Amino acid sequence: MTEAFESFESWGRFPKVRQDVFRPGWAADPIPFEKFSSVLPYGQGRSYGDSCLNDGGTLIVTDRLNRLASFDAEAGVLRCEAGATLEDILGVIVPRGWFLPVSPGTQFVSVGGAVANDIHGKNHHKAGTFGRFVRRFELLRSSGERLVCSPAENADLFGATIGGLGLTGLMTWVEFALKKIPGPHIDVETLPFHSLEDFFRLSDAGDRDFEYTVAWFDGLSSPEKFRGLFYRGNHSAPPDRVKAPSMNLRFAVPFNCPSALLNRWTLGAFNRLYYDWNAHKPARHSVPYRPFFYPLDTVGRWNRVYGRRGFFQYQCVVPKGEPGRRPVAAVLQEVAKSGQGSFLSVLKLFGDRASPGLLSFPRPGVTLAMDFANRGQKTFDLLERLDGLVRDAGGAVYPAKDARMSAASFQSFFPRWREFAKFVDPKFSSGFWRRVTL
Amino acid sequence: MKKILIIGATSAIARETARCFAAAGDALFLVARDPEKLTAVANDLKARGASRVESFEMDANDFDRHGLILHEAEEILEGLDIVLIAHGTLPDQKACEASFAETEKELRTNFLSVVALVTHLANDFEKKGAGTIAVITSVAGDRGRPSNYVYGAAKGATSIFLSGVRARLAKSNVAVVDVRPGFVDTPMTAAIKKNALFASPEAVGRGVYRAILKKKSVVYLPWFWRWVMAAVRFIPEFIFKKTSL
Repeated sequence: MTEAFESFESWGRFPKVRQDVFRPGWAADPIPFEKFSSVLPYGQGRSYGDSCLNDGGTLIVTDRLNRLASFDAEAGVLRCEAGATLEDILGVIVPRGWFLPVSPGTQFVSVGGAVANDIHGKNHHKAGTFGRFVRRFELLRSSGERLVCSPAENADLFGATIGGLGLTGLMTWVEFALKKIPGPHIDVETLPFHSLEDFFRLSDAGDRDFEYTVAWFDGLSSPEKFRGLFYRGNHSAPPDRVKAPSMNLRFAVPFNCPSALLNRWTLGAFNRLYYDWNAHKPARHSVPYRPFFYPLDTVGRWNRVYGRRGFFQYQCVVPKGEPGRRPVAAVLQEVAKSGQGSFLSVLKLFGDRASPGLLSFPRPGVTLAMDFANRGQKTFDLLERLDGLVRDAGGAVYPAKDARMSAASFQSFFPRWREFAKFVDPKFSSGFWRRVTL
Repeated sequence: MKKILIIGATSAIARETARCFAAAGDALFLVARDPEKLTAVANDLKARGASRVESFEMDANDFDRHGLILHEAEEILEGLDIVLIAHGTLPDQKACEASFAETEKELRTNFLSVVALVTHLANDFEKKGAGTIAVITSVAGDRGRPSNYVYGAAKGATSIFLSGVRARLAKSNVAVVDVRPGFVDTPMTAAIKKNALFASPEAVGRGVYRAILKKKSVVYLPWFWRWVMAAVRFIPEFIFKKTSL
């Protein structure tokens, strides 16, 4: 049955599109593919651009497919329907001593989305991507066939679906391995740093002994006044005296903010405050896992601060390079020159654990993520220039966050795309896929 | 550990309430029509920590089997603390206007089946001098509206019936909880355009859970519906009859 809905959008709220919505209630429900011109699975809409949108087609919204099928608390294996959110799963597994093998920056994503984007997290240098922990899933193809895929059965579809942007069929359930933890806390250290080279030094040192590392920096600061915070942490049991978890403080941005509110001065002030606040915290402390992994989840609908026109998140990965010739420095310079920097930006070193995903984004090197308010053509021009730098460096841009990369860029970032295209289900498509395969 | 029987256990709201019980480690006996859905729900609740989950196939319109199922639940769980009655349908109002047979069918499902179940339960719990009976009714039962008065009549009649049972059983220490949700984003309301008044089944399911634990008498979910419906009831009939609510 088709649902009566106003609109579904992606997290960046660009582009605005029109599409029908089909919302199955049960994983075993048949889907009347013959009635739709094209379909695309849609979980929680946390992809930023058009990889979760299907202009003129139909979305298969999976939020109701959120049941757990089994949880083996001895072996640490969970099987659930693909629409279950990581937030929901964490609430079940953490009290019993388990954690997600890989956790993104928000817990409000579906398991299906986690597989389809082969997500990564602060432990990429040790664990690789989420796809490495997927044991099996069921894929419903538009032919009506339901295929169980694993490294042993339908292995080629297994590899194509991990990082396959929802284009190979509808995942109905997923089975994946969890990670044993001593308790729900993280022992975290915060180290201020003042140059890109400091970041690389801290990463090289910290990635050995710490499960989780990530750096936040002020994307507006000039190279002379570079301001960053390097976080590194490990799982731990809660300390004897537990402070009330700060996650209870939850509020939402109630409406679209006028875009004039976000300018160089307000953003600069915000970044300075954030830096001062955190740089002066005790260097080492224990926090519950939610504020460590998902700081932005305390602010509901934070995407509204960018106003009605929406925003872009730009995430790329480039090789580390040598001091003085870092490709990531060239990208940062280009952003600084444009004066379009934004809120806190993120840096992290990826490790070299290979993913089974054919179209997986992470690869060895350094990844950079920045937000840009949509200011029209000049923002598009800047991001196009950044794509050029990433291409020259032999890197890639993350499709989950993209709403505008050119077909030529995509095809150079993902040279195996033709091989992948053979596994795309003929009924499945997305705005992103049509754009990058022109 | 509490022992809970849920009729209509595959309905979206009941499922969310059942998840709250499961997380608390309670024992559940689930009743619904569709065996495949029942299995999916039972597995979900087991994975979420329910100490025990049993399921039983039954159509709530099969009145003759009510006694058996209640007996079975009580026997298998070795007692019964809470019963949640959550099954129901959203009638096609136009079809009901055109046919009494259709209206009668809807009244059986949404009113008489509840009466049949609660009659059994009330006698049982009255004897024991303990227990909670919770029923999901609707804000639609607060006043008959042209757009869905058959559904409204079934739910409103249920609420009146429950109010009587509540007063009768108060002496026996048995709680009767009447939960009245407003619009909820479930498969039942798929065809209705979503607006700001719609609540998620998660939020409503948790509300049902809290109402049961606190043994409330009448609960509107979300809370603002109490005041919306108070206003709707307050409108004089000579104005109300000109509306098309």
